[in-house]
Amino acid sequence: METRDKKIKEVQGRAWLFGDDIDTDVILPGKYLVLTDPNELAKHALEGLVSDFSRKISKGDIIVAGKNFGCGSSREHAPLALKYAGVGAVVARSFSRIFFRNAINIGLPVVVSKEARDVIKEGERLSIDLEGGFIIREDGSRLVVGKYPEFLLEILKDGGLLQNLKRRFGKEAKI
Amino acid sequence: MGMTISEKILAKASGRQKVEAGEYIVGKIDLAMIHDLTGPLTLNVMKEVGYDKPWDPEKVVIILDHQVPANSTVTAELHKQLRHYAKKHSIRNFHEVGRQGVCHQVLAESYVKPGMLVVGADSHTCSLGALGAFATGIGSTEMASVILTGEMWFRVPETIKFNLKNRLSKGVSAKDIILKIIGDMGVDGALYRAAEFSGDGVESLSVDSRLTMCNMAIEMGGKTGIVNPDKKTIEFTGVREAPLRSDPDAGYAAHYELDLGKLEPQVAMPHSVDNVKPISEVGEVEADQVFIGSCTNGRLEDLEAAASVIRGRKVKDGTRLIVIPASQRIYLEAERKGYIREFIEAGGVVCNPNCGPCLGGHMGILADGEVCVSTSNRNFIGRMGSTSSKVYLVSPETAAATAVEGKITDPRKYLR
Repeated sequence: METRDKKIKEVQGRAWLFGDDIDTDVILPGKYLVLTDPNELAKHALEGLVSDFSRKISKGDIIVAGKNFGCGSSREHAPLALKYAGVGAVVARSFSRIFFRNAINIGLPVVVSKEARDVIKEGERLSIDLEGGFIIREDGSRLVVGKYPEFLLEILKDGGLLQNLKRRFGKEAKI
Repeated sequence: MGMTISEKILAKASGRQKVEAGEYIVGKIDLAMIHDLTGPLTLNVMKEVGYDKPWDPEKVVIILDHQVPANSTVTAELHKQLRHYAKKHSIRNFHEVGRQGVCHQVLAESYVKPGMLVVGADSHTCSLGALGAFATGIGSTEMASVILTGEMWFRVPETIKFNLKNRLSKGVSAKDIILKIIGDMGVDGALYRAAEFSGDGVESLSVDSRLTMCNMAIEMGGKTGIVNPDKKTIEFTGVREAPLRSDPDAGYAAHYELDLGKLEPQVAMPHSVDNVKPISEVGEVEADQVFIGSCTNGRLEDLEAAASVIRGRKVKDGTRLIVIPASQRIYLEAERKGYIREFIEAGGVVCNPNCGPCLGGHMGILADGEVCVSTSNRNFIGRMGSTSSKVYLVSPETAAATAVEGKITDPRKYLR
């Protein structure tokens, strides 16, 4: 069982830059929605934009995008595909609200930054302190980002809503 | 200051007298829906949790609609899992193949009432706001939490008021209104906000039309589309009264006005729903495929409008027409009224109710470089198949005229 007071791990990786309005159909095309194994979904992450994305990225790499990231479908397959492809976090100017919730719920950190996309360079090494609310750039400078409300931070500390539910329902009658 | 209908519904669901935009609340859910693509992931999550008993089996609705009947062994397994779950927990509201339709239409026909707080594991759940409910899409893990607890956290959204005036002219319909609005607002123009449609223009629209408009609120980032209930809503939903309505002094984040009388047919060009042009500026676009259906435009009114253009005409050589009624009820009614026969006689194919080619999963997937003119709601890269295919979004009238001429065509010449 997870302990409540643990800290969220810092995310570290290289930046992958994307534009505005990256939709869920390019993150994970509809024809793969019949797949439920996240490792299978991961193979098709961002297939609509970058071929073999999941093989090109390193674990922990960070997507840095413009506005309205994840717009479109409610498919949780989209953030799952990114997470299991190895994406450590998504930083964007804004997120579609369903994608934002889904990402938190599956334990993929999503960070809102108005300026990140304008200043961060492709391939730049970044680390993100989610609790502190800032991104540390390769040159050591910091970008301040919004902090999560406490209850969302709790879900991320748990590694997602699943662990949170396990804590609440794990003791009840088993399936 | 008064409250909007969205604030009133969220206040009621959280057991409070008043809520304000920006607050976080925990709301009790009146109805939760899963379907054959998002539902299995929800079941996986509950399996991981080790507990899968719904908080209230009467409030859970399971609808097979995305790939119906099953088109592969993989899909068949997904259907089987949901069927098994429904049986295990005596969930009566399970919609088996042949007793279903596109999930949002089934919810509209049989479940949603004004004032309800509705969540569905599908982004177009916002359609149901047309019935004066607060309805929004969520993901599969969140849905597992809802099914186990009956509750969910919400940030009370700000509301944008869309004041629609006057009546549409002939050959122009609800799809044109919402495309025009999204073109003006942008794909994130209503991000995190409720889109409230009001004014005499909305009052003049049928419930079918209002469902079309609310359906696409998500395409501008909206948390829900919503219409204050009136006589038409009460009649449609069979309730005695619908007391939750926006106060005259409710607070809005923004206002938008549109004169429906001046609107012409609209087209959303590839590959973004806000890439909207009036049809007079579209130029020549040949269509390999025309799709009339989906949760946006598969209702009786839509089939009626399309049939009135197609009637006595043929689908152009080189173009294929796919028509999919949004529910079994609509399918039967369209059959009774003769529309189904008219589509078939024109050279179209009519499929059983399901989501069809809208999301590139079934029944009309596009090959490399093909063009589909569609009444559905998304034209993203690769949405309906190949990443080099293109989707243009239009009204049912425009889609039908396009099928007749083989290229995007203003339907008004056929509807004088």
